[in-house]
Amino acid sequence: MAHYAMVIDTKTCIGCGDCVVACKTENNVPAGLNRDWVVEATRGTYPNLTTEFRSERCNHCSHATCVYTCPTGASHYWRDSNIVLVDAGKCTGCKACIAACPYDARLIMHPDGYIDKCTFCHHRVEKGLDPACVSTCPTRCMHFGVLDDPNTRVSSLLQSRNYKVLLPETGNRPNVYYLL
Amino acid sequence: MIEEVLVTARSNPKIDPSLGVWSWEVPMYLFLGGLTAGIMCLAALMILLRKEDDAPWAAKKMVIWAPVLLTIGMGALFLDLEHKLYVYRFYTTFQISSPMSWGSWILLLVYPASILLILCSIRDAYPRIASVIDRFSVGHWITTYACRHRQQVAQWSLVLGVFLGFYTGILLSAFSARPFWNTGFLAPLFLASGLSSAAALVVLGTRNHSERFMFTKYDIGLISLELTLIALLLVNLSTGSGAQLEALGLVMGGEFATKFWLYFVFTGLLVPVVLNYWEISGGRIWAFVSPLLVLYGGYMLRLVTVEVGQVSTWTSYTHSFDPSLLDLLR
Repeated sequence: MAHYAMVIDTKTCIGCGDCVVACKTENNVPAGLNRDWVVEATRGTYPNLTTEFRSERCNHCSHATCVYTCPTGASHYWRDSNIVLVDAGKCTGCKACIAACPYDARLIMHPDGYIDKCTFCHHRVEKGLDPACVSTCPTRCMHFGVLDDPNTRVSSLLQSRNYKVLLPETGNRPNVYYLL
Repeated sequence: MIEEVLVTARSNPKIDPSLGVWSWEVPMYLFLGGLTAGIMCLAALMILLRKEDDAPWAAKKMVIWAPVLLTIGMGALFLDLEHKLYVYRFYTTFQISSPMSWGSWILLLVYPASILLILCSIRDAYPRIASVIDRFSVGHWITTYACRHRQQVAQWSLVLGVFLGFYTGILLSAFSARPFWNTGFLAPLFLASGLSSAAALVVLGTRNHSERFMFTKYDIGLISLELTLIALLLVNLSTGSGAQLEALGLVMGGEFATKFWLYFVFTGLLVPVVLNYWEISGGRIWAFVSPLLVLYGGYMLRLVTVEVGQVSTWTSYTHSFDPSLLDLLR
């Protein structure tokens, strides 16, 4: 099983939102809908404040509750990997997967009605390219690759830096990592 | 302090600023599904306990409502689907890990079971309809078969009724991403509520005084069971994770407190249980008030649960810049 991961350096992310624009352009995401977004998190008490920017999206969890909840098999893992996709031809739009996602990372595609989400740009990944958001990032704070090989950039970053994932307590085993 | 602000737009309809993907349709489906489960369980129990003479409406007549109410409920569920043309996809697969998939197939079993349960009493309960059915050889054969295997039909109906009642609760409690739903008490609570609603339907439907008296008493017990399960659910949440404590706060003084306590617990449970007690103690009240309030309470239980569960979440972004948050920095 290929274990894909996205690693985002919060020290060099400036919250410019280019990743969001790149995603909308690459995937023709309709106006008013978003597959990814940027969060600015501020911690502390003045004057001791820290700010981190996080580019967020579907975490392509290894234990994806959305996949296990889907009644039709529309939500599925792509080619025995952890990339979670939705087959629009099987989706009834029951929205169980939306309720099952602790990250609220899914959306209802309008006007069609099937459920949509970040795909890690699997159509680019299968050609050996990075997802659009990663390839567009002007500060090169985003990295993408497989964790199965210890020599990949994402593996070495996770070996050499402190990192976190979002909501590990949910047990979903997310695969978007944030370097601290 | 920690403040998490979205700096790019995220305004996906029905998801932001808080989840609201399920409106009145899903609570209506859960209510009518629970009521159907209650009807099948009570009718089957009356047959198995040989109380058909004491409770003729519950044992023989009420069950004709089961497939009707279930169909209306499934109609509501269909209205909720966003990709309606693909509804048939529920029945092209069975996903063992998905409660909704289990439910889809259970519903397919409930229909024939409820039809057989109707047929096994139809010659007594609805002789005119029975005479029409008997004109067709297939209809006559199935009705005779159902009458002959009355006990087995009742046993299977009881099992499927319990499955259906539990399923309506498990459907929600299986969502670990929604802290308010993620408790094992929802399944028994929804089953108890379905049984209570069905008992109220008997009180509304029967013309037999002793049957109404009997089911008014049953409903006191069932509503008391519901109140106990609600108390246990709240205790369960209060001893849970931080996310569950936040979810509990939504009904304990939060934005859903009035709806939960006043519109559901007080109006839909406490008032009818007092009225029922008053009635069996010899007091005179309008007989339809209490059962109607019980049915209203059954729907409100699902509505409040679905609404609170969706709002309860693990994430808490501020969706636009709020100047008042600056005060927290000082």
